[in-house]
Amino acid sequence: MTEPVLQKVLGTETEFGITVTNQPNFNPVAAASTLVNSYAGSRARIKWSFDEESPGRDARGFGYDLGPCLDIESGLVNVVLGNGARFYVDHAHPEYSGPECASPLQAALYDKAGEVILARAVASARELLEPGQRFIIHKNNSDGKGNSYGAHENYLVARSLPFGQIVEHMTAFFVTRQIFTGSGKIGAENGRPAVDYQITQRGDFFEEEVGLETTLKRPIINTRDEPHADASKYRRLHVIIGDANLSEVQIFLKLGATAAMLHAVEGEGLPESLQLARPVESVWQVSHDLTLSTPLELFSGKTITALEAQWQYFEWVRKYLNDADGVDELTAVLPVWEEILTDLERDILTTADRLDWTAKLRLLQGYRDRDGLEWNDSKLRLLDLQYHDVDPDRGIYNKMAAGGRMRRLFDDARIFEAARKPPEETRAYFRGECVSRFGHALVAANWDSLVFDVGEASLRRVPMMEPLRGGKDLVGDLLDRVATPAELMRALGGDND
Amino acid sequence: MTDREHKRTGSRESGEAEAADEIAGGQGEDLTDRIDDILDEIDTVLEENAEEFVKNYVQKGGE
Repeated sequence: MTEPVLQKVLGTETEFGITVTNQPNFNPVAAASTLVNSYAGSRARIKWSFDEESPGRDARGFGYDLGPCLDIESGLVNVVLGNGARFYVDHAHPEYSGPECASPLQAALYDKAGEVILARAVASARELLEPGQRFIIHKNNSDGKGNSYGAHENYLVARSLPFGQIVEHMTAFFVTRQIFTGSGKIGAENGRPAVDYQITQRGDFFEEEVGLETTLKRPIINTRDEPHADASKYRRLHVIIGDANLSEVQIFLKLGATAAMLHAVEGEGLPESLQLARPVESVWQVSHDLTLSTPLELFSGKTITALEAQWQYFEWVRKYLNDADGVDELTAVLPVWEEILTDLERDILTTADRLDWTAKLRLLQGYRDRDGLEWNDSKLRLLDLQYHDVDPDRGIYNKMAAGGRMRRLFDDARIFEAARKPPEETRAYFRGECVSRFGHALVAANWDSLVFDVGEASLRRVPMMEPLRGGKDLVGDLLDRVATPAELMRALGGDND
Repeated sequence: MTDREHKRTGSRESGEAEAADEIAGGQGEDLTDRIDDILDEIDTVLEENAEEFVKNYVQKGGE
């Protein structure tokens, strides 16, 4: 490769479980809309544009031009937040799509900020409910009754990287990384073999190796090709095979190891690939095996366990990153990755302060030992759900974290700040700052453009086709210099002349 | 295990020791012997009527 490997800009999307207690006519779409609307409340109500055509696409990546008014009537609620995120109703769930981030650690921070936003939305919508009713929001991925909803990751990769390379190298990685990406679940779903407890919420739901679907026949590698950026240069790898996590260390590890792997694939730094003979079957086999010892058959005829595969990937990636330049944000994940693998190998429960699936397992085992409960006991199933409640007081993860029983990467103040302010290194900075400063003039937004109404005959559209352009270094001074959206438009025009 | 020990040493040579300390933390709390205290605490916040809550918890598929 002569081209330098692209910085792994990344972000996460989470669909949250939603319920309202004591509401016989509960309608999840209405409830989710109420929640998002209520949070939007007095904040700027900027609509999300679904226009994928990007007629104002500017090869320079960041500029402005005159654009048509975008039709954005979706019927469902969509808002863009001051931290650069999108908060909306997707299907029947409130969804938080975090802003584009410049490092896995930052993306983990903004993933956590999503929980704060959901918890605040619950607080702001409380008065709209009848007495005795309460919103409950779970950052989980399954209702235990066969319905799954997603937690997706997005990574920027070069368009020049053949998609087949991603499939070849990442499939077995995604299958085996479940041992540290799972959030744990009682029982099996979707017709998979019965099991008391399994590592992931989502493993039972994967039925294809590669495909476009996300709601049916879910694939290990998703081929959705919407870069939300210059499509001639970039691809957005949309990863749907992961669980929503509460543990900060776990989110960082999931994102960091995956970003590092993709960097290595793009940099042609992996000496070989591990090819599973039956990847789809391996997904649930790995998820169902708390001993981490199930041999997975490789095309070569040999077998490998998920733990062995992850050690192999760790070793390859460590070597690759040690020889690479400018990848500090990725090398930071190595000690965490290594420690988790070491501890999982020693005794899975030693990771209960860092991984959701072992933290939850430890609590469930505790109840079983203390109260003699069966795995299908309602109390255990309740705990399985309530672990994921985003409420700071009721959520069991939150309770554990507040009690110092989960390792943290961020203090609360930093997460609150991330719920308010955008990352400074990406175009999310420009988006978020424009929402905060000039929200009244913003009529539409999406990942790669903003549309302003500055009182002229036509709307002004600002394309942002380069994820790493629009950060504080580029537009911070400019934003501070201008007092009005009209001035901003003039300043942007001037800068690009 | 010597292989693993080697790996651990190897990765610490690469100058990310600081990041390791910062991120891996290493509070090293003994998590094994306080489980009953934790369960007592959880009991105070668990939703009432577990059976009904679990029965009524149905989500639409998503994504």
